[in-house]
Amino acid sequence: MSDWPILSIITFLPLLGAFFILLIRGEEANVARNSRWVALWTSGFTFLASLMLWINFDTTTANFQFVEKAEWMPGLNVSYHMGVDGISVLFVILATFLTPICILSAWEAIQKRVKEYMIAFLVLETMMVGMFSSLDAMLFYIFFEGVLIPMFIIIGVWGGPRRVYAAFKLFLYTLLGSVLMLVALMAMYFDAGTSDIPTLMTHTFSYQAQLWMWLAFFASFAVKVPMWPVHTWLPDAHVEAPTAGSVILAGVLLKMGGYGFLRFSLPMLPLASETFAPLIFTLSIIAIIYTSLVALAQEDMKKLIAYSSVAHMGIVTVGAFTFNQHGLEGSIFQMLSHGVVSGALFLCVGVIYDRMHTREIDAYGGLVHRMPGYAFTFMFFTMASVGLPGTGGFVGEILTLLGAFEANTWVAFFASTGLILGAAYALYLYRRIIFGALTKENLKNILDLSPREWLLFAPLIIVVLWMGIYPSSFLDIMHASVLHLVNQVETAQAAAASAAQLAAN
Amino acid sequence: MLNLGVALPEIFMAVASLALLMLGVFTGKDRSFRTVSWAAVGAMVIAVILVITGDNGSAFSGQFLADPFARFCKVLILTGSALGVIMSMKFAERERMARFEFPILLMLATVGMMAMVSASDMLSLYVGLELQSLALYVVAAIRRDTVRATESGLKYFVLGSIASGMLLYGMSMVYGFTGSTNFNVISDAVSNGGLSVGTLVGLAFIFAGLCFKVSAAPFHMWTPDVYEGAPTPVTAFFAVAPKVAGLALFVRVALGPFAHVVADWQQIIVLVSILSMVWGSFAALRQNNIKRLMAYSSIGHVGFALVGLAAGTEAGVQAVLVYLGIYLVMNIGTFAVILSMRRHDRMVEEIADLSGLSRTKPLMAAATALLMFSMAGIPPLAGFFGKFYVFKAAVDSGLITLAVIGLVTSVVSAYYYLRVIKVMYFDEPVEGFDRNGTELNVIMAVATIIIMVFVFFPNPLTDSAAAAASSLFGH
Repeated sequence: MSDWPILSIITFLPLLGAFFILLIRGEEANVARNSRWVALWTSGFTFLASLMLWINFDTTTANFQFVEKAEWMPGLNVSYHMGVDGISVLFVILATFLTPICILSAWEAIQKRVKEYMIAFLVLETMMVGMFSSLDAMLFYIFFEGVLIPMFIIIGVWGGPRRVYAAFKLFLYTLLGSVLMLVALMAMYFDAGTSDIPTLMTHTFSYQAQLWMWLAFFASFAVKVPMWPVHTWLPDAHVEAPTAGSVILAGVLLKMGGYGFLRFSLPMLPLASETFAPLIFTLSIIAIIYTSLVALAQEDMKKLIAYSSVAHMGIVTVGAFTFNQHGLEGSIFQMLSHGVVSGALFLCVGVIYDRMHTREIDAYGGLVHRMPGYAFTFMFFTMASVGLPGTGGFVGEILTLLGAFEANTWVAFFASTGLILGAAYALYLYRRIIFGALTKENLKNILDLSPREWLLFAPLIIVVLWMGIYPSSFLDIMHASVLHLVNQVETAQAAAASAAQLAAN
Repeated sequence: MLNLGVALPEIFMAVASLALLMLGVFTGKDRSFRTVSWAAVGAMVIAVILVITGDNGSAFSGQFLADPFARFCKVLILTGSALGVIMSMKFAERERMARFEFPILLMLATVGMMAMVSASDMLSLYVGLELQSLALYVVAAIRRDTVRATESGLKYFVLGSIASGMLLYGMSMVYGFTGSTNFNVISDAVSNGGLSVGTLVGLAFIFAGLCFKVSAAPFHMWTPDVYEGAPTPVTAFFAVAPKVAGLALFVRVALGPFAHVVADWQQIIVLVSILSMVWGSFAALRQNNIKRLMAYSSIGHVGFALVGLAAGTEAGVQAVLVYLGIYLVMNIGTFAVILSMRRHDRMVEEIADLSGLSRTKPLMAAATALLMFSMAGIPPLAGFFGKFYVFKAAVDSGLITLAVIGLVTSVVSAYYYLRVIKVMYFDEPVEGFDRNGTELNVIMAVATIIIMVFVFFPNPLTDSAAAAASSLFGH
């Protein structure tokens, strides 16, 4: 089993499924049904295949595993190089885990152009998995930007009333950031003579070059995370995207930015990362506090959750730039748990949106009387989002704050206020939708969760509990790699500091 | 030394075009249009084979040079021309412009282009360029009964003549200050004695003339009008083969005789390239006619290709050639789409006419969307690799500012390519188009498949481009 090209299988299996769906012909209803099933089977099987990564993962080493290397563009010294380490492997699984859920969630919600929808989602899965497992900067970039094509189509075709605006904004914002990263990648390539990520990680760039490259990478990743003040595309994209699109957007695509920081900025540009850490902290804290306040004032459920995503991702970026083990592990863990929880929250919104076709908070109220199952599920994920102990959200936040406390007390202090505000807007949202008297006429016949919807939420609930109750299954995987990363950054920073001292003497 | 064998493809094409002219004349007016067209395509295919199997070498006493660079470009030019002829057939029959002269004129233009890229002397360069231009002036105005086509033909002719004049003037300056028209002699003179002011002025004029021919800003003004006014297959032809030939010639002149003084002319190319990229992307934002849009898009693409030339290195030339190869495929595919935009037996040209194409013709819409994403340079499609190569060459030569400006303008240009996709996918459908011809469907499908799978098989193009580039630098 070990000599199978398992990463390539996981990456390209969805593409194969998309190709099969492309070939489906016939009556529209049949095509739709077959497309759904093919997509579900493909993504389900991909998920099972990706579990092989977890099972066979060697937690004792920080090296890249399941490595595949093949010649691709020898003239440029660019190769097809795939592999995962403790940082990326869980993101791969996150992507393969959420895709079948997304496909299942669209089972009834998407009725027009089902075939194209399923193709878009499977292509998207290929891009996401490929991005997290590529070990060549060029390959990484191709997957990183390739995500835009299916996402643009998903929002633009199946989105809400302002979908065109949202799709363009998402595309152009991200593209602008990405092309700057491309320049930095080319500069790195020029400096180091290769685009191989493991080699680049050991290459030392001059301090001056690091500063510029760091800023270029920052332009791309900050948009993707998104960090304040370049977060404005996110609420638009989330509000207009179809439910499954929001789930993938919040669940996986936002993590691409955080992952980028961990994969490129920290190990390759450690000195610049140290220099710019205060900038990251400042922007993150503004994001945490400001967007939490903004979330409090929202009238649209999806917008509220979108702003809460920005706040949560602020905690992630704080953790990533603490340069210590707690902070980094907390940051990764927070990304994973946020991926699951915010995805689940968007599904919760999707459930009532499918029934009532509105996302206005004021249109709801007292749903607990008609939908106790839904009220429970929504409560569970709200609590996970707030960071209730016992859920995944808690572990990520507490680790990050620990790390932040070690790095800078004030950062930890301000970041913690975010948790309080987070509880405020989440519970306020919950109260307005679920509690109160059921007075609205059109809500009186609303139905509770269907078996299909339970099937969607059950795995998410289990995972969130698992992450909260026994986080070691996830943390053990990342220990070695995170430790390696921390050492790498510290060594580089110490070397630079001693060199500076030597120069001063 | 005559050494005719080296120029066999050109000689064959010239003879074949004259033979076909006789055929057309003797079989009577325009009945032979289809025969002549297919025969022209056949001749081009044979010429491709002759180019590929032919020898390297110099002919006509150093006027003509067949090297891997020239052969690479000739294959692209012949491919573009042959596809141009194929795409025009059905259109010409429907629109009553099925004159047998049309494919013959395209053949003659192709001979001119082939001679251009093989030129190793200012005179043979000029002769090739003029053969191409004169044939194209006629082609642009071939529908002399319509006002728009004649207007565009006349505009093209007048402005093109001025450009030719500038080119000649520049050549005469270079001749006067270096004492020769031969590229090698000029190269020696420049590398030994340095670039005199007179030669530099001459070079600037030559560059201005070439910029006009490839429609680089600020000499691009004719492009949108000619693209819009000319019959669509002619526009398709203009957008592909002459662009490839012109840019190849640009590279040949800049890095042949003037390879040793890159620093002296680099800033001209940098400026022209920035202007073209910026103008090509911003001016296209408000276009509603798809042919005008493609005109501005081609100005932008020329700017991107010139980034590779600005690098002035072997990697830069390779990048230009890779870019041209990919550009050719994307443009042929896109024009196959534009030629398929017929409704009630009339051509329509507005972008809005594509509304909801994803419902009425899903495959055509998907092909167009992929072509547009590729034009915008989004990976994993081929267009991205073209951009990657040119900008990487620029970064390697230290032109980081140019690379940043170029990539930012590519984001602006992404907007208008996306707008086409938006119209097809997000807008409500209008009436569908008429059934496409088989040729167009095949060309569209093949072009789309190539830009999709290029990511898996990039090496044939990049390797041959690398070989071509290295031959230019005398390795």
